[in-house]
Amino acid sequence: MSLYYVQKFLFELNRSPQLQEAYTADRRAVLEPYALSDEEAEALTAPDIGKLYVLGVNGQILMHFAAFHQIEWQDYLQRMRDGIDDHGPVRAGVYAITGYEGTRAHSESLGQDRGVE
Amino acid sequence: MPLVYAGVCSHAPGIRGRKDLADPEVRDAFYGAFDGMRADLEASGAEAVIVIAAEHFANFFMNNMPSFAIGMADFYDGPIEDPGWLGIERFRATGDRDLSERVITEVMNTVDIAYAEEWLFDHGIAVPLSFLTPRFDLPVIPVNINCQGPPLTPLHRAWAFGEALRRAVDAVPEKVAIIGTGGISHWPATPDSGKINWEWDQDFMVKWCDNDRDALLDYDDLQVYADAGQGGFEIRTFLAVSAAAGGAQGTVHFMEPIPIFAVSCTIASYDLSTSDPAD
Repeated sequence: MSLYYVQKFLFELNRSPQLQEAYTADRRAVLEPYALSDEEAEALTAPDIGKLYVLGVNGQILMHFAAFHQIEWQDYLQRMRDGIDDHGPVRAGVYAITGYEGTRAHSESLGQDRGVE
Repeated sequence: MPLVYAGVCSHAPGIRGRKDLADPEVRDAFYGAFDGMRADLEASGAEAVIVIAAEHFANFFMNNMPSFAIGMADFYDGPIEDPGWLGIERFRATGDRDLSERVITEVMNTVDIAYAEEWLFDHGIAVPLSFLTPRFDLPVIPVNINCQGPPLTPLHRAWAFGEALRRAVDAVPEKVAIIGTGGISHWPATPDSGKINWEWDQDFMVKWCDNDRDALLDYDDLQVYADAGQGGFEIRTFLAVSAAAGGAQGTVHFMEPIPIFAVSCTIASYDLSTSDPAD
């Protein structure tokens, strides 16, 4: 589990056009300096937005990675929802503080029958 | 000079970036409230504006995360996001290194902070400035409170920080405004984006307008997370402005949920004639 390095890579990618070029040229090679598990490296190279969300990547970092991959907003949101369906609750990071039960149950816990756009 | 303006506003990236997806009537009313805030800021005679934002991993990361940071430069570039995505073209905002240094030096008497001689603005500052100083020519002093990467500073320290900013502003000869930016309840950039806890937001803003220190400091992060999402941690910026306003009473000028912008879009300010920071 190295959520810190997953997020660090994405933080640096979001900030650096040079790293973006290098990532585009060879997605796997640019991950070499970061201490990542195979699962994390695969999610970053695919890219698997839903898996990255479940691994605990903060949306404020992840949304820019999705935009970089030309994933439009509603698709980005859906991929995270699909990630929870496919891989279960968020495992680490700020969204794992109280556990996460999915959008529908979350709406119900707030007393709302809908809520997402 | 004594603080000349204190207010808060939303800063969500969708306010500019997804403007075409919002209900035009509500969006235009919100934009109009931003115009009103700009007019009030200009009428205050402010010669500089402190923008207290909760940035989103644009400059500060968990390798070296300050609870509080203040910019100290003569210019700041932005936005760090893709201009097309954010709906704001690249800009260079005017700063005032000398004024920043004097503010920072005074704040350091009571609150330990980090300073930054370079700072890339993300939407937390860029969106409000795009309305309030559209030419980015009013000297800005960027301020960040870590609301993203826990552990987060306790609310009472955000309050102490706001009080320290007020002392610093009152001690310099320039006329300075303070604006806090952030969401109230929101679940930004998550599967729950667009969800808004309208009742929670209204209750919070009543307490904010009353400048009810005890009630504002009574929030608990775990409960905030449950009721108002991770974005609710950004109430720290609103609380710092309350503290800086020194007991002043506030008015909400605009507040409506706009789900595609992911927050209850809010514009509010304090009547500083009712302020007494010595209280």
